[in-house]
Amino acid sequence: MSKGVAITGMGIISAIGNNVAENYDALIKANKGISRVKKIKTNHVNDIMVGEISFTNGEFEQQLHLSSDNNYSRTAFLGTVAAKEAIESAGITDIDAYKTGLISATSVGGMDMTERYFYDYLEDNTTQKYIEGHHAGDSTQKIAEQLGIEKSLVTTISTACSSAANAIMLGARLIKSGQLDRVIVGGADCLSKFTINGFKTLMILSDTYNTPFDENRKGLNLGEAAAFLVLESDAVVQAENKTVLAYVKGYGNANDAYHQTASSDNGDGAFLAMEKALKIADYTPDDIDYINAHGTATGNNDLSEGRAIIRVFGENVPDFSSTKAYTGHTLAAAGAIEAVYSVLALQNNVIYPNLNFKTQMKEFDITPQCQLKEKPLNTVMSNSFGFGGNCSTIIFSKEQ
Amino acid sequence: MKQVFINSVGSISAQKTFDNNAFLNDVVDYEDHVISVIDPNYKDYIPPAAARRMAKGIKMGVVASKIALQDAGLENVDAIITGTGMGCVRDSEKFVSAIIDNDEQYLTPTSFIQSTHNTVGGQIALELQCKGYNFTYVHASNSFESALLDAKLQLENDEERNILIGGVDELGDHTVAIHKLINHVKPEAVKSSNLLESNSVGAVFSEGANFFVLSNEKEASTYAKVAAVKLFNTLPKSDVALTAVEFLAENNLEVADVDILILGCNGDIEFDGYYSELQSETFKNTQQIYYKHLCGEFNTASSFGFWLASKILKLQSIPEVVKLNNLKNSSFKTILLYNQYRGENHSFTLLKQC
Amino acid sequence: MDALKQELKENIIEQLNLEDMSPNDIANDDMLFGDGLGLDSIDALELIVMLDKSYGIKLTDPKEGRAIFESIDTMAAYITEHRTK
Repeated sequence: MSKGVAITGMGIISAIGNNVAENYDALIKANKGISRVKKIKTNHVNDIMVGEISFTNGEFEQQLHLSSDNNYSRTAFLGTVAAKEAIESAGITDIDAYKTGLISATSVGGMDMTERYFYDYLEDNTTQKYIEGHHAGDSTQKIAEQLGIEKSLVTTISTACSSAANAIMLGARLIKSGQLDRVIVGGADCLSKFTINGFKTLMILSDTYNTPFDENRKGLNLGEAAAFLVLESDAVVQAENKTVLAYVKGYGNANDAYHQTASSDNGDGAFLAMEKALKIADYTPDDIDYINAHGTATGNNDLSEGRAIIRVFGENVPDFSSTKAYTGHTLAAAGAIEAVYSVLALQNNVIYPNLNFKTQMKEFDITPQCQLKEKPLNTVMSNSFGFGGNCSTIIFSKEQ
Repeated sequence: MKQVFINSVGSISAQKTFDNNAFLNDVVDYEDHVISVIDPNYKDYIPPAAARRMAKGIKMGVVASKIALQDAGLENVDAIITGTGMGCVRDSEKFVSAIIDNDEQYLTPTSFIQSTHNTVGGQIALELQCKGYNFTYVHASNSFESALLDAKLQLENDEERNILIGGVDELGDHTVAIHKLINHVKPEAVKSSNLLESNSVGAVFSEGANFFVLSNEKEASTYAKVAAVKLFNTLPKSDVALTAVEFLAENNLEVADVDILILGCNGDIEFDGYYSELQSETFKNTQQIYYKHLCGEFNTASSFGFWLASKILKLQSIPEVVKLNNLKNSSFKTILLYNQYRGENHSFTLLKQC
Repeated sequence: MDALKQELKENIIEQLNLEDMSPNDIANDDMLFGDGLGLDSIDALELIVMLDKSYGIKLTDPKEGRAIFESIDTMAAYITEHRTK
């Protein structure tokens, strides 16, 4: 049994940077990565904005030295790039030295190729290699192969926009219970016509920059990204004399059981998730220094989440901000993206600004942190909520 | 550490398994390459207002869950953990084709919402008003086993008391059609009873939902105990037998302690070789059972194997139709299950009588 | 107007899978949402698409739908005034 769950490495690729350093730089300089969509041909090009990664699939193919007959979806490319950075940053040279697993998260999976070749599959056999790449587990299997993880515990979680937070949660459980010594956890999702049109039908896409927690918020911007963290047991940390970036201290998942897509007015699920995470961490609300909110900038989420935060923290709501204005909403990857940002916040003692905020919401009087703020941080709470009422909270801490 | 019990089952499959009072008494021998489930009357379980937007996978999942809850005598559970390889694939197909056919116009949200992989788990939570932990695993043939492992960890650590777990997948026309093109579906109609002699590539595709209430308290309804489960993303054919023996050893067992071996063979000549060494060498003196001729192949078909093992341990009887060899045991205490799909995502599961 | 109301009832039953209902079960002044027919916010989104596809009316904010979709009467009145096809 391991008491602590140490984070010893991380990797990320998002609309604001191709690695951890670039992401951090953009965060503190308030550089957002939101623009008109370029790589996907869609009729909605002028009605939406997205957080798109500049590399093409062909460029990823070269970076990863893949032969042209590969059947990687963009999700698999993004995931592989981020997972490799995580392994490298954790200083892992021999993946087999410890019992190592991989838990990834995705909602789009290989849908980008499926929507491209949906009818072509029936006629053009050169496209058929992507058929096997459609299912959500495929990108995870490819990441495992790229990392050299064999004969081990490898699985995929898909709980919509809370997926990667749940991957971190399972990873922490596997370390604590001694099932694994080391586990790579995170998530990946690429942009697709499927999600663009899907969220469009729900009428929750903003036609301009998303504005979390603003009274006049118009909806979310979709983004694509991947991020992974290396979690290791106390025993590995001691044996290898590892530098620990932060610890996964608490986690909680609950279901809103209210509606297929919308959050309840009072944020029951979000409230329960935060409460559970505090309990696992053995913290009181006062122990939380910063909340990296889910803050998607939809009318429904920000109201529901804000109310849930007030229910947990009462009069003393800590500094909070959403980083979705930088990256867009990266769906299943969001929990891992924001985990990396939370760890960077702890490491650097900074709180990122909630960009694009202008007008106070009228339903409550809590206001996000809008300027970069330096302050000693010991703990960060990160929220991720998804369709199907799925609500997750992870607490990261400096100390074990 | 607490023990983990299977306290109830609920199964919707290509056989008439939704009635918990029966146990494969009336087996359907199909002759096809794709087989659908035998539907219960979904309206008996789901109010019409709730059912009207539900995909087949959601209906199967919700009803199998309700059967499992009834069987356990429970109104609710503490957590819901679902495994699904493909989710509600018909709605995914519907939404993608609508995007293409209508050039991104006039699209409606229902099929998009139902395409989300956790829609079954979310709908079960809505139906039960269960606000607890709710996870969905989507890792091909290890989707159900991932749910099982997660539940087992939480019950052992006494984090929850009753957890509903299940595997669910539905058939979709386009998905079947394209998988036929790449030879994942058998080219010819195969008689269920001759599945293992089909001598062809691919599997008979199917669908189903098998749900279970796992608990760390033994009840009168208890079927069996979950002793262990282990997942492997890869496993070379030559390592399967050795890994099985190691898995038993980790649980202080030897080959001779296993009363029944349940295999996931599906009649695909390319991949059934993964079972050969277990079948004809390691466990040649052990009674062996298979089941995919009854339920067909789908990402969570192994949850049907788990259902079968649970029933056998509780009822202490084995239906003739699942027997793979002629060996007979008088009582069954320990069952080992092994499954893989297309050489990937292997699992070993160990169940014990209690 | 009566023909339009009948058409709306048939379309709503079909689009929203109200399997066990017939147009006669829906009175022109029945509340479609909440306590009446029991439609919800996802149905409202489906109805917005129906307005666009069948009558050439585009709503950009789902909140606009609330008043329009109150009953068959209100829908028919709005469509009659704003339809482009």
